[in-house]
Amino acid sequence: MTRLARFAPGLRAYAVIYLLFLYLPVLLIPLFSFSEGTVVAFPISGFTFKWYGQLATQDTLLQSLVNSAIVGAGTAVLSTSLGLFAARAYIRHDFPGRRASEGLVMLPLVTPVIIVASAMLALFLLIGLRPSLLTVILGHTFLTVPFAVSILKSAFEEFDPSLEEAAYDLGESVWGTFRRVTLPIVAPGIVSSLLVTFTVSFDEFVLAFFLSGDQPTLPVYIWSQIRFPAKLPNTLALGSLLLGFSVLLLIAAEFFRRKSRNAIAKVKG
Amino acid sequence: MTLESDRSGVFLAMPATVYVGLLVAAPLGVLVMYSFWTQTYVDIDRTFTWENYRAAFSDPLVRQLLVRSVWMAGLVTLLTVLLAYPIAYFVAFRARRKMLWLLLITIPFWISYLLRVFAWKLILGFNGLLNSGLASLGLINEPLDFLLYNELAVIITLAHAWAPFAILPIYVSLQKIDRSLLEAATDLGCGKLGRFLRVTLPLTVPGIIASCLIIFIPTVGDYVTPALVGGSDGKMVANLIQVYFGSANNWPLGATLSLMTMVSVGAVAISFVALVRGAGKAIR
Repeated sequence: MTRLARFAPGLRAYAVIYLLFLYLPVLLIPLFSFSEGTVVAFPISGFTFKWYGQLATQDTLLQSLVNSAIVGAGTAVLSTSLGLFAARAYIRHDFPGRRASEGLVMLPLVTPVIIVASAMLALFLLIGLRPSLLTVILGHTFLTVPFAVSILKSAFEEFDPSLEEAAYDLGESVWGTFRRVTLPIVAPGIVSSLLVTFTVSFDEFVLAFFLSGDQPTLPVYIWSQIRFPAKLPNTLALGSLLLGFSVLLLIAAEFFRRKSRNAIAKVKG
Repeated sequence: MTLESDRSGVFLAMPATVYVGLLVAAPLGVLVMYSFWTQTYVDIDRTFTWENYRAAFSDPLVRQLLVRSVWMAGLVTLLTVLLAYPIAYFVAFRARRKMLWLLLITIPFWISYLLRVFAWKLILGFNGLLNSGLASLGLINEPLDFLLYNELAVIITLAHAWAPFAILPIYVSLQKIDRSLLEAATDLGCGKLGRFLRVTLPLTVPGIIASCLIIFIPTVGDYVTPALVGGSDGKMVANLIQVYFGSANNWPLGATLSLMTMVSVGAVAISFVALVRGAGKAIR
């Protein structure tokens, strides 16, 4: 590596510009959410919190927030449970069809969402499931299983199976081993998976748009507001809150993921 | 690590596999069924017919939207991968704090897609940030009207939205390269460019293919971006599918369009992979 590593000012400058390109558009939303003006244009006029204050009085918004929280929580629990078993199977066991199963479980990552959404709507109505929060949870679980599986796979990857074997040898039951050895080591990975899948579900729009019926989630509510220029300042304020919340959740998820790595390092001594 | 070669893994992997498998197969089956039915006002006539396919194939709007969706997704893919490669290269070979860079690159991906697209609408709009910014600098007198509501706006927005996804697979394949191969190439008299073209680039082809597919497949069916910034010139096939499942209330035709989109995406993706593999063999 020594001979190859050189200072590369051109590449570094490009990388910094690229990062600006990634972040600047998104940062405009919180920036203009404090503007007194009702259009998003330079120069920024005034500074106010009033658009945020108005949000608290909008009942449909608050209801959509509750809906999103329910969907996010249901999705996180379901996809993390599915992911937990699957990740353990992929890392610890070799069985016929393992590769096929691993590939299939990752499929939701690379499907055009519009096709998934329209197909699921058709399926659910055909079997008599009316569009509701339940159908959104079922759809979001499908979308988030790949995230849960990959996070939990890395949690199991570094986890030495001999620790469990030692627990059995020392007389622990299967359940006792799971509770006192497996769970503490994998726990940060589980928390990380719960947070990430919750966030993905909380932000997801197209599936929720098709499957939520008359129970809009937060992104569906935002979509209904985006079309009205008069609602723009409120939408900006709401968008900023959503951005802040997502980033907080992801930082927490990253914190737990690192904690899991440290916990493993500690056990290994 | 020892792999227990037993069958209990099958049971552990079963719930997730069956769940995903069912939700892939069953909805697709239902779509296929719908595509052979007919919408009669509020009811569905379940007699078998090819009518939807005939109608979709003969409709110039359908053809135009499908071709445009594939074309624009292709452009977005090309643009995104070209822009992403140097970053992946920088992080893999030159950056000192790799994890920090990777984290910084992936954070925007997790932020609500809807809001990222919305941000571009604010930037490119007629009274938007770019126009008002340029005007207040005195660079333009009248707002530029070619920024929003066209194909260009859709392509910029999508390229921005998919950037993090393009970087990761390429980064992984660069990271996997055995550094001694590069040293060997240098020792054997390869110049910097030659080394990149003959060693580094071929070894990252799997990563490039993965990036392309990860961007291309979902982009063809993107709904939000063309709806928000595409105007009438930038509409894509997903918007039409949504109309049939929504206000036009013609699910059989919507299902037919969904299936046609899926087949087009699959055909393009498969021929792309075959083409790249073939080209790779020809070079060697």
